[in-house]
Amino acid sequence: MSETKDKVFKGGAFLVEDLTAEDIITPEDFTDEHLMIAKTTEDYVEGEVVPKLEQLENHEFDISVELLKQAGELGLLGADVPEEYGGLGLDKISSSLITEKMSRAGGFSISHGAHVGIGSLPIVFFGNEEQKKKYLPKLATGELLAAYALTEPGSGSDALGAKTTAKLNEAGTHYILNGEKQWITNSAFADVFVVYAKIDGEQFTAFIVEREYPGVSTGPEEKKMGIKSSSTRTLILEDAEVPVENVLGEIGRGHVIAFNILNVGRYKLAIGGVGGSKRALEVAVKYANQRKQFKTPISGFALTQEKLAKMATDIYANESAVYRTVGLFEQRLGGLSQEELNNGSEVANGIAEYAIECSMNKYTATELLDYVVDEAVQIHGGYGFMQEYEVERAYRDSRINRIFEGTNEINRLIVPGTLIKKAMKGELPLFQKAMALQEELMMMMPEQVGDETLEQEKYLLKNAKKIGLLAAGLAAQKFGQKLEKEQEILVNIADMAAEIYNMESAILRTEKAINKTGEEKNKQKLLYTQVYVQEAFNRIEADAKETLIASETGDTLRMMLGALRKLTRHDPINVIAKKREIAATIIEEEKYVV
Amino acid sequence: MNIYVLMKRTFDTEEKIVISNGRIEEEGAEFIINPYDEYAIEEAIQLRDEHGGEVTVVTIGSEDAEKQLRTALAMGADKAVLINTEDDVEESDQFTTVKILEAFFDDKEYDLILAGNVAIDQASGQIGPRLAEKLNIPYVTTITNLKIDGDTAHIERDVEGDVEKLDASLPLLVTCQQGLNEPRYPSLPGIMKAKKKPLEELELDDLDLDEDDVEPKTKTIEVFLPPAKEAGKVLEGEIDDQVKELVSLLRNESKVI
Repeated sequence: MSETKDKVFKGGAFLVEDLTAEDIITPEDFTDEHLMIAKTTEDYVEGEVVPKLEQLENHEFDISVELLKQAGELGLLGADVPEEYGGLGLDKISSSLITEKMSRAGGFSISHGAHVGIGSLPIVFFGNEEQKKKYLPKLATGELLAAYALTEPGSGSDALGAKTTAKLNEAGTHYILNGEKQWITNSAFADVFVVYAKIDGEQFTAFIVEREYPGVSTGPEEKKMGIKSSSTRTLILEDAEVPVENVLGEIGRGHVIAFNILNVGRYKLAIGGVGGSKRALEVAVKYANQRKQFKTPISGFALTQEKLAKMATDIYANESAVYRTVGLFEQRLGGLSQEELNNGSEVANGIAEYAIECSMNKYTATELLDYVVDEAVQIHGGYGFMQEYEVERAYRDSRINRIFEGTNEINRLIVPGTLIKKAMKGELPLFQKAMALQEELMMMMPEQVGDETLEQEKYLLKNAKKIGLLAAGLAAQKFGQKLEKEQEILVNIADMAAEIYNMESAILRTEKAINKTGEEKNKQKLLYTQVYVQEAFNRIEADAKETLIASETGDTLRMMLGALRKLTRHDPINVIAKKREIAATIIEEEKYVV
Repeated sequence: MNIYVLMKRTFDTEEKIVISNGRIEEEGAEFIINPYDEYAIEEAIQLRDEHGGEVTVVTIGSEDAEKQLRTALAMGADKAVLINTEDDVEESDQFTTVKILEAFFDDKEYDLILAGNVAIDQASGQIGPRLAEKLNIPYVTTITNLKIDGDTAHIERDVEGDVEKLDASLPLLVTCQQGLNEPRYPSLPGIMKAKKKPLEELELDDLDLDEDDVEPKTKTIEVFLPPAKEAGKVLEGEIDDQVKELVSLLRNESKVI
């Protein structure tokens, strides 16, 4: 549906390639159909779900089921399911917009997300023809609801440490599953569970398990901090009888499914984070306009403005980054034939290519959300602590996002790990770039930065990439194989990478918009970009410095710090003034606008 | 049944109205289908599903209105017509609109024309009745229930909160009131299908009209916002004195009694 570009970039390529604005997909590229899909989702959430949120929060899950079926009638469950199997087979931008607009519904959006994402997609991507025919049409309409059961009491991020076992019965007709899966979203009402178990205690394998099979039951509802309107229980498998034809994918290859699905789960959470942040900002700015202290609406105070501006700025960068990732999928999947598209594992491979981007989006956008809801509560003052106010729930609902689908710590570790793997395999010329940089630094002269629009930002971006490479290169050189144990440094590298991705996404999006409709119409975007890039650059500098100091000593360190100083030399902008300008528009419009 | 719906693109109900140079500022505003017209579209779709036939949604405006027409198509209407007056009409009023619609319906066959009771922007409520007069067909305003039985429409209408029941013969024009139905959300399959449905664009020329033919009969003298709400007043003192003060304020200051 969108204009897909010819170029297809490799995952992680943003660190080594110089992209132009036309290389990325941005929210400004959304078609009318995309916007209509977003509007339908928004109206459905506002009109149907929000009025029932209180009941949902009280665990009236029969309402969740009704609402999900209603969503199914509207097509909101079938976007990622191919038409051939009763879905709509829409592009990833459409399904992402649904996810973004659903986020307003708090815990219910988790029910929806678990069903359409981690619940249904394993079958879309890895199911065989019979399995797809049997389950997908009903999953797309909501006649069947799905859940995903990977986590166990003793194995979270260490998924392969699962203890649930599967054993073929003597007749060879059924696998007998035994074990417990913990914290399973939708477990109160799901009809179908994607369950991982080890055949004969060894071969990690995925199964499609129906609720009605003998030996399948669920435990009591968990008492959670947030997302209370989603059901979370233990899935209990006691000699559960699963027909052999319900093995999903290949025996012993369950990890392939698990890791691919995690990628999907991650970028979807990131999109939800952006959606939730927009809503929290809207609630906060409306309140700030209406709440008066010292006879002034609190939005009139510079400190409130600073908060609103920073919230909006960070939303812009994250929004640009997550939709850029969605665009990467689109560009890549757009190159596949219909046949390849129907072979879900090809699609999954396309998504897996961008594991780095998925992970970065996940930790930055979920931390964005946590930050935004926190400030939204702060702007509400004492009222924000009261349950009558939406922000109170948003605050509690946000917290889990940094934990599930791989903690943000695990996701951070994935980024440098995957980058190094890609470099070793020769997929990304990181080592070559690092070598070239060392030579370049020897003779580097300070550069004159002009005052063309975005020139400074592009300069900072270019240098940020070099700084990242400098720090990561030094650490890799110094620690070699042992770098794995230097988790603090790895996290610094992950943070620098994510900042670079967000910076670049914001810059290219703004540039693309300006190319299309001129600077006058894109003032707010430009302000966001200027502020974000300046602040992100400062953070990158700090991370790089810490990394250098932890990696080297003495003269080498002094030399490295000197190189860093050269790379960070620039005339900083006045972010306080820019933020006031940003805030003025947000306060006027009473919501996030670009 | 041949069913037509008159639709208007209006400001989103949540938009703040800003006036500059005597005009309402449209720049950057969100637009929607006039909510009362949504009832009309929904009713038309339901009638079509029950009795067969075709639903055509008609609007007058600029190319921007295409989005609202697509939304109507996504809800389930079969065809859309945009009468694009962007280049021809600078000033317009209800006369202009009715004149254009009259010309449009001149060669059409219709059993039922549905419109909103009012548009939420200018709220004249005139278009439906005036068009019916011109087409020489009966009309019923503010309907809350509609059943078609052969050539007869059984109608309930809202009369200041009471219900009036009446029958009318087809062809007929009705204007729709809240309570008539619950307009559906455009479903995703509907949205995807809407892309392929016919959307015809006409200009005044195509209707054999000149700019002079549609020149407004009214002139807008001034556009202004209601006065800003002022802070309330809390009366103090003995209750008797407060009552006296209130009465005097109501009589002398706000002059409502």
